[in-house]
Amino acid sequence: MASPRPEARLEPWKDPAAEPYVRIEKVTKKFGDFVAVHQVSLKIYRGEIFCLLGASGCGKTTLLRMLAGFEQPSEGRIWIDGTDMTGIPPYERPVNMMFQSYALFPHMTVEQNVAFGLKQDGVPKAEIRERVAAMLDLVKLTPFAGRRPHQLSGGQRQRVALARSLIKQPKLLLLDEPLGALDKKLREHTQFELVNLQEKLGVTFVVVTHDQEEAMTLASRIGVMDHGEIVQVGTPSDIYEYPNSRFVADFIGSVNLFEGTLIEDEPDYVRVSAAELGGTFYVSHGVSAPPNATVWVALRPEKITISREQPAGDEDNRVQGVVAEIAYLGDMSIYLVRLATGRTVRITQPNIRRQAAVSAERITWDEEVWLSWDAASPVVVTQ
Amino acid sequence: MIGRRSFFVTTAMAFGFAFLYVPILSMIIYSFNESRLVTVWAGFSTKWYVELFQNPQVLNAAKLSFKIAAINATGAVILGTLAGLALARFRRFKGRTLLTGMTTAPLVMPEVITGLSLLLLFVAMEQWFGWPAGRGVTTITIAHMTFSMAYVTVVIQSRLSTVDESLEEAAMDLGARPAKVFFLITLPIIFPAILAGWLLAFTLSWDDLVIASFVSGPGSSTLPLVIFSKVRLGVSPDINALATIMVTVVAIGIVVAGLYMQRQERQRERDVQAALAGNSP
Ligand SMILES: Nc1ncnc2c1ncn2[C@@H]1O[C@H](COP(=O)(O)OP(=O)(O)OP(=O)(O)O)[C@@H](O)[C@H]1O
Ligand SMILES: [Mg+2]
Repeated sequence: MASPRPEARLEPWKDPAAEPYVRIEKVTKKFGDFVAVHQVSLKIYRGEIFCLLGASGCGKTTLLRMLAGFEQPSEGRIWIDGTDMTGIPPYERPVNMMFQSYALFPHMTVEQNVAFGLKQDGVPKAEIRERVAAMLDLVKLTPFAGRRPHQLSGGQRQRVALARSLIKQPKLLLLDEPLGALDKKLREHTQFELVNLQEKLGVTFVVVTHDQEEAMTLASRIGVMDHGEIVQVGTPSDIYEYPNSRFVADFIGSVNLFEGTLIEDEPDYVRVSAAELGGTFYVSHGVSAPPNATVWVALRPEKITISREQPAGDEDNRVQGVVAEIAYLGDMSIYLVRLATGRTVRITQPNIRRQAAVSAERITWDEEVWLSWDAASPVVVTQ
Repeated sequence: MIGRRSFFVTTAMAFGFAFLYVPILSMIIYSFNESRLVTVWAGFSTKWYVELFQNPQVLNAAKLSFKIAAINATGAVILGTLAGLALARFRRFKGRTLLTGMTTAPLVMPEVITGLSLLLLFVAMEQWFGWPAGRGVTTITIAHMTFSMAYVTVVIQSRLSTVDESLEEAAMDLGARPAKVFFLITLPIIFPAILAGWLLAFTLSWDDLVIASFVSGPGSSTLPLVIFSKVRLGVSPDINALATIMVTVVAIGIVVAGLYMQRQERQRERDVQAALAGNSP
């Protein structure tokens, strides 16, 4: 997946001495008896784009609202820039938020909407005019300055909301599903724009999304949430390549999950026998689990090779099956292969050459095929 | 089939409108009657209008009614907005349901009971601490406020419940304190509802007879009280003239407000369509 972020980026979370900009410590939020956020601890560093990713209703917005000050944690504390935020109201926090619904003031023009934050701070009129003009220019809204929100399209409204939350140059910007209302093309375009803006202004972003592709594109790190808890924090590639649980493996991208038993457990490799596979996995990384424990092996569809010939090598990491389904998606094809055990495995292969040119040698329906994969490809998770 | 149904609909509509407007129309026609006798047509004349504008009793009553209605409407809007805000915005306070019920109860309370209980309260208050001294403009205004506030509260609350709360949060997020949020964001957005509430409270007070008759005193006869007392002595054509003026003023007000709102709505629709079309500025 193409990342708009430059390759050489800072990784402050690897430096134990680095001071986090936002520190969330064992924060719990209850609405009556319902626990919306449970014991969340997070460190977010200056200049990061931190994505909170999770299914609908898992507590992402609630966590964000506690950062903005609209909700008070039931337990735990939040520090921003070294200051304990307990009891500090939203209008005194060095934080701005872009709302899921944009929340543009309907009775004000685009210009007045953007200027609102500066007016509250008593910035001189001339400076307000200047900064608003510069900001409108940045988000390419200058021709629309005199319009009311209902006279704008969805994408334009989204940019007004962004401009309004950026105008005070907050150190921390909270974005709740910033691109939810946009179509796919505009979304991708805006994702790159957001990253550019973030680099230009040096703001720390916390972005809420339930779109995993968006999180992968934007984030320096992702925090995956499930039922009010953070289940894994890591860079997009960490989360994709080394999920720490079945939930994360399944939530990010698509995956083939096999339940199995740990039969050999060495520091540098493990062997798992999986009844569903009708074979064994040889995985070139160790796991911390007792012998004969039940584990799960996650295998990404693009990491499986499909061929007519029996692969060389020993008995591990390969299995035979019959092609049950092929879906042609243009840039790649999806194969569903039924194993002897009845289990279906999903494989994706890039379409490197044109279909017509290779039709004779292509694998088709009902063919017997061999599936194989590298020992470094499967991931063993214990929960 | 279609012809017969449309005939039926037309007849029903004609009867309905006749039922509504024939009384008012006959009143308007007879206000231009030359004769003193209301039921006998003796030719066209505007003399009752002239007489009306020379009648100090009616003019003073109209002025008084206007003053009471305006003060009442303003007070009711302030109190009603505060109550509506409390009901719509503070979700989790104790007794919210009770308060909601209590604000709307005056809407269905028989006016005779409201009037009587207010009269008893005013008399008792005067005995305890001498205020309000006697019945008059003050007592009528207070009485009107108590029941028109209930209407305003309902209007404001229903408007507020459609206003996205995140607008207020966004303003707070941008550095506005709660009081400023109210005046810069909430108030302008619900302003049409406040205006509607003001007009409603004004008309409620303007045409109230029952409650005013309980709590008014000597020298504080509102227009409805004057009309009623005059009618009891026999219907005179100058009352017809007065009523015609009131109907005309109200009708003009409604038509103007209607046209204005229609134009706004059309403008809005055009704007939205233009925005959806994604055209240039
Ligand atoms: N004010 C509230 N009172 C009671 N329950 C609430 C309140 N706000 C949120 N919740 C509950 O908390 C849970 C988490 O809500 P939240 O809005 O944080 O979800 P989310 O992850 O942002 O979901 P989405 O992706 O749909 O926006 C939900 O089950 C919701 O019903
Ligand atoms: Mg949400």
